[in-house]
Amino acid sequence: MSTTKKFTYINRKAPYGSVYALESLEVVLIGAAFEQEVQLVFVDDGVYQLTKGQETDGIGMKNFSKTYAALGDYDVNQIYVCEQSLADRGLTLDDLQALTYEDEDDDWAEKSSMNLVNREQLSDLISDADVLLNF
Amino acid sequence: MSTLHTVNKSPFERNSLDTCLLLIKNDSTVLLIEDGVSGALQNTTASQSISDAMQEGVKFAVLGEDLNARGLSADRVIDGISVVDYAGFVQLAADHDNVQSWL
Repeated sequence: MSTTKKFTYINRKAPYGSVYALESLEVVLIGAAFEQEVQLVFVDDGVYQLTKGQETDGIGMKNFSKTYAALGDYDVNQIYVCEQSLADRGLTLDDLQALTYEDEDDDWAEKSSMNLVNREQLSDLISDADVLLNF
Repeated sequence: MSTLHTVNKSPFERNSLDTCLLLIKNDSTVLLIEDGVSGALQNTTASQSISDAMQEGVKFAVLGEDLNARGLSADRVIDGISVVDYAGFVQLAADHDNVQSWL
């Protein structure tokens, strides 16, 4: 008998300046193999991880931003972005990748994984999690 | 003595840029690099303090390679901040008497 738990990843760091964002993404992908419920939260500088058009040739680092688009294929389709964090940084949801997944319960219809959340919703996400992982 | 101040931390996470702007002389230049480049964008909670320092005569530059890596377009940078490449970074270092890195 297996128990499904809700794993909530809190991402608060910008990519490339530190290794947190890449490490988080790798742990999420590894964790996805265990068929648990997974939620990804992007708050504070974490919202920069999802920006469109990242081009890292100039800094000589691996561009891992394209990997986020694969999350839907791993049944990671609950992505929550803090709207206040975006606003504080002069960004909107349009500046982020439009991540999607195919819903197997709805004839594989393509649906958005992206959810814009306010502080209250974010607070609820954290209090409702079974396992919290912070990066 | 002119000084080039580099800031590599996000202004939304650390107070490096705030402290830099508090202590900087008006004939100096601030170069935003690495995670610090997010401070160069328009309409953020950091924009006003940069505009205020610019009014006082402080010059600002941002490293284009770090903007590109983060998907931040150069055309969204605050007016008056010059976008430089690595050669421009070297030139700025050579043009000033000293470099202060706000880590």
